[in-house]
Amino acid sequence: MSVQEYFSLVVTDYTLRTITLGTAILGIVCGMLGSFAVLRKQSLLGDAISHAALPGIVIAFLISGAKNSNMLLIGALVSGLVGTFWISGIVKKTHLKSDTALGLILSLFFGFGMLLLTFVQKMPNAQQAGLDKYLFGQAATLVESDVWLMAIVMGVSLLVLLLFWKEFKVQHFDPDYSKSLGFNTRFLDVIMTTLIVLAIVIGLQTVGVVLMSAMLLAPAAAARQWTNNLGIMIFLAAVFGALSGIFGTAISATSNNLSTGPLIVLVAAVFVVISFVFSPGRGLLFREIRHWKNRNDLQLHKTLHFMYEIAKTHEDISHPHKVKILNNFQGYTRNSLKNLEDREYITVDGAMWSLTQKGYNKAMNLYNQQENSYD
Amino acid sequence: MNDKIAIKVDDLTVAYNFKPVLWDVDLSIPEGVLMAIVGPNGAGKSTLIKAMLDIVKPIAGTIEIFGEPYKKQYKKVAYVPQKGSVDWDFPTTALDVVLMGTYGSLGWIKRPGKTQKKRALEALEKVGMLEFRSRQISQLSGGQQQRVFLARALVQEASIYIMDEPFQGVDATTEKAIVNILKELRKSGKTVVVVHHDLQTVPEYFDWVTFLNVKKIATGSVKDIFNDDNLTKTYGINYKVSVLQ
Repeated sequence: MSVQEYFSLVVTDYTLRTITLGTAILGIVCGMLGSFAVLRKQSLLGDAISHAALPGIVIAFLISGAKNSNMLLIGALVSGLVGTFWISGIVKKTHLKSDTALGLILSLFFGFGMLLLTFVQKMPNAQQAGLDKYLFGQAATLVESDVWLMAIVMGVSLLVLLLFWKEFKVQHFDPDYSKSLGFNTRFLDVIMTTLIVLAIVIGLQTVGVVLMSAMLLAPAAAARQWTNNLGIMIFLAAVFGALSGIFGTAISATSNNLSTGPLIVLVAAVFVVISFVFSPGRGLLFREIRHWKNRNDLQLHKTLHFMYEIAKTHEDISHPHKVKILNNFQGYTRNSLKNLEDREYITVDGAMWSLTQKGYNKAMNLYNQQENSYD
Repeated sequence: MNDKIAIKVDDLTVAYNFKPVLWDVDLSIPEGVLMAIVGPNGAGKSTLIKAMLDIVKPIAGTIEIFGEPYKKQYKKVAYVPQKGSVDWDFPTTALDVVLMGTYGSLGWIKRPGKTQKKRALEALEKVGMLEFRSRQISQLSGGQQQRVFLARALVQEASIYIMDEPFQGVDATTEKAIVNILKELRKSGKTVVVVHHDLQTVPEYFDWVTFLNVKKIATGSVKDIFNDDNLTKTYGINYKVSVLQ
């Protein structure tokens, strides 16, 4: 199947449509909420929560004895939330920094989860087969009810973000100030964290415990590169997330048996790389170009300034001088001379150059801070 | 200045991890003063104002704003945090940050409208930042960022202004501009409390001063208590006012 065939099949094929819709919605939810995690410098939180969900999944299976996906999700939700509150508890009650607390909870819960998983796999219960799919996810197992659940989480997240838009904005920019304005910052934190935990839990089945945090971070990190507006950033993150889901699924469906979760994450990573290199304001490429241009300008300014120093000793500033008196140290090259001529700062006549009025004025104001500071 | 007490701190003790940062501090700040809080690093200056703002929870003691707890009076107080306490790479503009000053009076859920925007623009103009209103905040200089923070507090139209080192890392022009605004605030009857580091400028900028070093050393008018004795008690070494000037 080619990618083109895939996109025509999406419309008609029930299973493909369900999976594509599911991964797209997951991408939207993760993009929106991940933006806040990234801005809060809590990028690792998602990683800790998703790993902390593993023991919950296995315990839910042990209690219910069946692989009912809703039960498992509730298990994941509970242990994810417990992990989150332990993290904030550790940070509050001890000297430990939050990255240490995150790392501790992540490895503790994940280790415990893996232990339980190996224990369950040795049980004679045939039902347990496939429980380890939660490690890297398996999008193929998505059914319509899963997609509905994802859609509900998306709706709730969108509603909460719209309702508390300004509160979340001030809270994530300046939490102390937000508190001084009389907002209940604990309430806002709990809501945001709960939404993030929810987003992670609904993504576990598709993307898995290990890679889930990338779904939160990658679209947000990519979106940040393109805009300086919070609303646009969140919108872009949602779009990048959705596209990652759709293309990840498409590639997986068209190339036999490549795992969907890792593909979605890889597509998201491609968005990150493209954004980091090509975004106009913050991208590496344009920064390099600006840098290079500035260096060139400085080189020219040096030459121009030297010419100015010579020209101002003459009554007529356009008095011609020999090109020979310029040297490398003054930033002179054949190119720089041509560049200056292109900008009409000088005129060149054979082996002689002379400053123009425009060049003279430019040179005079070159090092004048007041004049140049705001352009 | 009048006889009314703007902020009253009683027996305030704050500790981080068992180490006391503030010890049994009593303080009455009269309405209408322009007060500096001075003291060495680690003296608890920032903690004291954060306790006033109900951001830091004390182990013991109470704080009243015009006779009532902060929770009931937060609309009367405007806070200017340390510039370095936030990430200036946050995706937002100068105007947007100043608009945050209107959030408190708007309350939950309601969004700022035309009135709020007009007030924010006025505040930006007052601090000389109107032309930078659409600029991404990371592209502002340190002094400009400080002015934006000040404008955000001005928008709140509060009775009490509490500022954490507003002169830190700003150039002489911005410092002058900020001082003028502080003096204007006092003239219109506001109470201004400033954590301040530069002892030289205390007599010039402020009329009231509190010396703090974990415990309160002294509080009162600059004329009466800004002397060698209190400086030495606060900073531990032999300080002379005459050397400062």
